[in-house]
Amino acid sequence: MLELKNISKNLGEFSLNNINISVKEKEYFVILGISGAGKSVLLEMIAGLLKPDSGSIVLSEQDITHEKIQHRDIGIVFQDHAVFPHMSVYKNIMYPLKNMGTPKTKAKEIVHRFAALMNIDHLLDRMPSTLSGGEKQRLALARTLVLEPKYLLLDEPLASVDAQLKSELRFLLRKINRMGITIVHVTHDYEEAISLAERVAVIYQGELIQTGTSKEVFNNPKSKFLANFTGIKNFFSAKGLSENLSIAEDKVKVHHYKETADSDGYILFRSEDVIVSAANNPSSTLNNFEGKIIDIFPNIHGMELLIDIGIEITAHVTNESVKHLQLELNKNVWVSFKSTAVKFIPHE
Amino acid sequence: MNKLQPLYLVFVFLGGLLLLFIVAPLTGMVLSTSPSSFFEVVQNKEVIDSIKLTILTSFGGTLFFAFLIIPLAYLMARKEFPGKKIISGIIDLPIVIPHSAAGIAVLGFISRDSVIGKAADSVGLNLIDHPIGIALAMAFVSIPFLFNAARDGFEAVPVRLEKVALNLKASPTKTFFTISLPLASRSILSGFIMMFARGMSEFGAVVIVAYHPMITPVLVYEWFTSYGLAYARPAAVLFIAICLIFFVTLRLLVKNKEQQRHA
Repeated sequence: MLELKNISKNLGEFSLNNINISVKEKEYFVILGISGAGKSVLLEMIAGLLKPDSGSIVLSEQDITHEKIQHRDIGIVFQDHAVFPHMSVYKNIMYPLKNMGTPKTKAKEIVHRFAALMNIDHLLDRMPSTLSGGEKQRLALARTLVLEPKYLLLDEPLASVDAQLKSELRFLLRKINRMGITIVHVTHDYEEAISLAERVAVIYQGELIQTGTSKEVFNNPKSKFLANFTGIKNFFSAKGLSENLSIAEDKVKVHHYKETADSDGYILFRSEDVIVSAANNPSSTLNNFEGKIIDIFPNIHGMELLIDIGIEITAHVTNESVKHLQLELNKNVWVSFKSTAVKFIPHE
Repeated sequence: MNKLQPLYLVFVFLGGLLLLFIVAPLTGMVLSTSPSSFFEVVQNKEVIDSIKLTILTSFGGTLFFAFLIIPLAYLMARKEFPGKKIISGIIDLPIVIPHSAAGIAVLGFISRDSVIGKAADSVGLNLIDHPIGIALAMAFVSIPFLFNAARDGFEAVPVRLEKVALNLKASPTKTFFTISLPLASRSILSGFIMMFARGMSEFGAVVIVAYHPMITPVLVYEWFTSYGLAYARPAAVLFIAICLIFFVTLRLLVKNKEQQRHA
């Protein structure tokens, strides 16, 4: 078990405050957050490259907060690969083995084994400057894995590779995890987190805002930041008024499906579920509002409308609908969305 | 190719004047030297000995001081500490003080009355008028060249690579010798060549510390004052030729090493 206990670190431009995380053995754990949230700093502290201002790091029940970098059973791979540019692929992988004093014949065998595992055994004589981003990433992984670390820390490992390589590398990372290596993976890409993580921790502005299984976290985002992050733009704080009615932002009453009793929390619904019409047509939907279009701009699916119904909600419509309904700035429209499309998430 | 704009033509003209200012006197000197006087000087033992002495003292001094310069350059590149700017200023001092004054300072430092002088004296060594004294005078005025290049070289090595090396179980010492030093080596070698070259061409500081044995710049000066321009010129041409051969060769070696690394 790897435990971060009340870790704080002030780095001037931003700080990490009171972070508590436990990573179970053999788990694939993803730390998710936007750039500059402090995720990489957290990894560097686990690896021992930075010291926390306060708090402790416990690995297998041993406090390693002040342990030397070399004595931690932890490997780290950076986004920029950090391969040694003056050494061939072979020498890069050999480097840690030499440091550990592995006998030459055995070291050679290990280099070839891990190079084959990472599918770079045909590149052993090449210099890093001749490798592609994906090949460098595999080299960095092979070089760290020869140490057979118990824990592998990955700092945005897929950020600088193209889409096709991403899926290959994801497969490789799952394979490494199945070998029994615990992985702590830092990313700003929530799809990467969904595809790889058993559990996720979300960091925002230096604070840990949510931890849980991927399903728990992404189905029930407990912050506007995470909701936006996962593409949900309609996210409002809400007060429960009855079992299936809440008031959003103290302004607009919204019907929803889930029972709430009297609790406070958040409501959220997807922009795709919002129907925009020119008139108040009778329908089965319980949430019908008149509002004004206050912004309109294109997105990959068509157009995105920002409509003020007392709260500002986002709707996605096709270009055809924009033309057909003559949707334009400052036009009054009717919006509706089904109560079953609205999710209520109570505060913890 | 785009047609050159008038502004660039003016710049090219001014740049050409500058190059001419450097190349013309040297070419003039070479052209005014007859082949016979040149070959005479090549066979002159006094000249050859002085060239050997110049190269050896400058190289020896550079090599010795490299062991002191490189560690400090690394510290200055990597660590923040009080007085860092003062150290930078001290290192650059030899560039701004007159070299004859530098010679007087070095002379005082190694004279028999000084601690260093007394220590050397106790093992039967008089640093004044001695190759070691010459090497010290040469190094005194040329240290900034290696120091600044080495510091810039270390600064250009990503700290992350050193951190990764530590994570890959290398000790800090091993990290320095296997990562930081090799990656900064190009800058360090360039600085080494510059310090070596600057040392070889030093006259002012050396002439005060050691008139004899004569390094080539002192010999050329002595021949010029004793026998005139025409007599001193062939020795000067030979020394310049040897310096050029040395530096071109060393620079090529550094370049080849770099190319091999990226092959």
